Amino acid sequence: MTIPVSITVNGRRYDREVEPRLLLVHFIRDVIGLTGTKVGCDTSQCGSCTVLLDGVSAKACTCLAVQADGASVTTIEGLADDSELHPLQESFWNKHGLQCGYCTPGMIMASHELLRCNSDPSAEEIRHGLEGNMCRCTGYQNIVRSVRDAAETMQGGTS
Amino acid sequence: MSATTFGSGIRRREDPRLITGNASYTDDITLPGMLHAALLRSPYAHARINGIDTAQASEAPGVVAVYTGADTEGDIAPAPCAWLLPDSDLKIAEYHCVAKDTVRYVGDIVAVVVAESRYQAYDALDLIDVDYEPLDAVVEPKKAAADGTPQLHGEIEGNQAFHWTVTGGGDIGEAFSQAEVVVKETIVQQRLIPNAMEPRATLASYIPATGELTVWNTTQNPHIVRFLCSLVIGVPEDRLRVIAPEVGGGFGSKIAVYPADFITIFCSKKLGVPVKWVESRSENYQATTHGRDHVQEIELAATADGKITGLRATVWAGMGAYLSTAAPGIPTILHGLMLSGVYDIPAIHEDVYGLYTNTTPVEAYRGAGRPEATFMVERLVDLLAAKLGLDPVEVRRRNFIPKFDNGHDVVTGLTYDSGNYDGALNKLLGESNYEQLRAEQAEARKNGRYIGLGLSTYVEICGLGPSQVAGAIGFQGGLWESAIVRFHPSGKVHVMIGTSPHGQGEETTFAQIIAGELGVSPDDVKVIHGDTDNTPMGWGTYGSRTTAVGGAALALAARKIRDKAKVIAAHLLEAAVEDMDYDDGKFFVKGSPDSSKTIQDIALMANVAWNMPEGVEAGLEATTFYDPPNFVFPYGAHLAVVEVDPDSGNVDLKRYVAVDDCGPQINPVIVEGQVHGGIVQGIGQALWEEGVYDDDGQLLTGTMLDYALPRADRLPDIEVHSTVTPSPHHPLGVKGIGEAGTIASTAAVYNAVIDALAPLGVEAVNMPLTPERVWRSIQAAQGRN
Repeated sequence: MTIPVSITVNGRRYDREVEPRLLLVHFIRDVIGLTGTKVGCDTSQCGSCTVLLDGVSAKACTCLAVQADGASVTTIEGLADDSELHPLQESFWNKHGLQCGYCTPGMIMASHELLRCNSDPSAEEIRHGLEGNMCRCTGYQNIVRSVRDAAETMQGGTS
Repeated sequence: MSATTFGSGIRRREDPRLITGNASYTDDITLPGMLHAALLRSPYAHARINGIDTAQASEAPGVVAVYTGADTEGDIAPAPCAWLLPDSDLKIAEYHCVAKDTVRYVGDIVAVVVAESRYQAYDALDLIDVDYEPLDAVVEPKKAAADGTPQLHGEIEGNQAFHWTVTGGGDIGEAFSQAEVVVKETIVQQRLIPNAMEPRATLASYIPATGELTVWNTTQNPHIVRFLCSLVIGVPEDRLRVIAPEVGGGFGSKIAVYPADFITIFCSKKLGVPVKWVESRSENYQATTHGRDHVQEIELAATADGKITGLRATVWAGMGAYLSTAAPGIPTILHGLMLSGVYDIPAIHEDVYGLYTNTTPVEAYRGAGRPEATFMVERLVDLLAAKLGLDPVEVRRRNFIPKFDNGHDVVTGLTYDSGNYDGALNKLLGESNYEQLRAEQAEARKNGRYIGLGLSTYVEICGLGPSQVAGAIGFQGGLWESAIVRFHPSGKVHVMIGTSPHGQGEETTFAQIIAGELGVSPDDVKVIHGDTDNTPMGWGTYGSRTTAVGGAALALAARKIRDKAKVIAAHLLEAAVEDMDYDDGKFFVKGSPDSSKTIQDIALMANVAWNMPEGVEAGLEATTFYDPPNFVFPYGAHLAVVEVDPDSGNVDLKRYVAVDDCGPQINPVIVEGQVHGGIVQGIGQALWEEGVYDDDGQLLTGTMLDYALPRADRLPDIEVHSTVTPSPHHPLGVKGIGEAGTIASTAAVYNAVIDALAPLGVEAVNMPLTPERVWRSIQAAQGRN
């Protein structure tokens, strides 16, 4: 059995027939071929699959594609404005906020949510805000720096 | 060298593709006609297989094939162990990629399903009916050595994979019989699960018409994968191409070539279409190699004034159900030979028993043997300090190897390259304001607060290593690295390296090496790695060796280029070669800097070859094979400050200060990132992480929900400092830094917690130091049960 869905991803509408059990993350990766969103676990712990669902962060492995019918999804591929990197992407690059890069798309999308809710977070608030995203390479320190740096840029301050 | 490139913390060139979702990891690759494999793994730790019924699975929607051990027999050789530890009575159990008649750990592979989609493949796994006859299991290494315990491999007596010893220096028995002071401890180095964020995956594409096989694999060492696949699967190396695309971390767990990899290749070969297998995270916990799992009985002999006279240890190392690719060398060569640490120890003896247990195979995990050695030594030194009522700083100073620049022999047979251990400690004490911290601790104790300071002064062996030594210690490969540097006509550079970084940033640091050696912009250098068809042979990234060994190969290749370019420049400038000088990318006649040619000029002239000097070949390219004359030995001093809440047992890590010396830093920002990540993994071992099996061999920490990884909200900012002591034998003076943090930090945090608990009478707590364990240890020490 399949069900028709219409999901807008990064501004483009995709009309597809999917199995009701299909996870949103597999819709994004396998059905429409946007592989920037990663799968790092099977228990919703790691946060690698974090995307924006109607502007709010969601772990795309805990959501069925059919639940996203009619929704608008933003993935890491859709964050940059044309060729201009989003300030979070710039900051992760500038502050060495990534190593192997696997957690990075989810980490950046979760940071996006963090800054949406709190545009001027302290280091401690950033650490708390990202506790649902796992990174095994960086020890998180430069991720915290990156998010702090992005917050300053987005507020128009100096970094 | 150009001051603006080598030593500069420039941004990583890897990052633009990674921060935009444009990087391709193995699971991101899809080929036309590709099928998906899923593996049926044993739910029992030890069982006989009396029968497998695959009929229903074979008929399931989308299923193309189902294979069991009987189907793969003869086509997939047993998974090889490639570290044949000499003089150790090594007994290698046959590791059938698909179990034949017995399964020996939860996760052992029983069958494979190939289907049109991943969901269909998983669905069909549920339809395979296996008739298991459960057998008794053994999971703890010391128990595995005892009489009357379940035996894993009938032909291997007492579950013993090997018994390895190291003996060095004076008579160890005499050291202990004449010791004025002896301290002892039993330490459990718990099992750890590496948890690279990218799960393992293999995509195999076999083309029957040509007999060519391409394998995309999440590996730290694609050339080793090619070599071993050719042996196990029988595709000749010349037709076998292995690609490590973007690889999402490894930490040792992507060194081994796994049964799942061979099986995926087998499926592609059998079906003549591409087949992809990707493990789930739960599968990763069960079947991707684990780390540590030692029981260590250790003792130290010393004089009454705190001078160490001997160290003796017996270690039971759990190896899991089979010996993984490099496993035997980890608890032995990379562990036992480092037992002198940063100290002058006149007599050392260690016995290591490697034991088969009904658990996931144990392999290298960040630090691989050295964290276990550092922990032993640093624990003993602290015990000695406590026994003598001395500050841990003082005991260390009384035993440090004095500063040396060019070689120091320790009794285990190694020659450390260079070190100033007291220098690193002094810097640490200054940066952390140690005396002040001790005063604050004393004050806090008066107020019923339990603050602890923990030191770890470490040295580690990395940059593996001379190939002659590799042969002597049974490593079934070389340990050199190679590099090709190629100038294109426009002066742009391609660098091809055999080793294969996977997140460490060497695309950037290697471009910086070239920039430093040849005066080009790092932006003009492309670093190519990870594809066996496009790169020279190399042995891979582990043992903090890629910059130390691969970087040396690269620097020497660049110097060959410089030598050749100088000859061409002399010819073009009509000068004698010996009259030529070089500075930052320019060749000029001595004393006439205006009469010069840039490296880009030479690249063009060498490529068009209109006017070459007599006997000089066209092109500007060099290849180097660098076999290091010795290992490198980074070192440092770390301090952890903790506060323990005696009512809850919670450990609050308040500060962490690190001083590391990896020689000159090519990119200090990248070095700092390695230090952060390494330290946090070691903190994870001290405080949170543990792979737990029950007595039946069920993995209780089988998901990310149950295994406590370090999280952002549990950590302080790490204060990173360094000293710089070049390696005397290395072309750039550099040492490795990938594992140093992990090697040092577990002991520092543990020592800090024990220091905090000392007034409560607690002397030891098994890791990880969870609130419950700490609380229970306090209750026991206080006589409350």
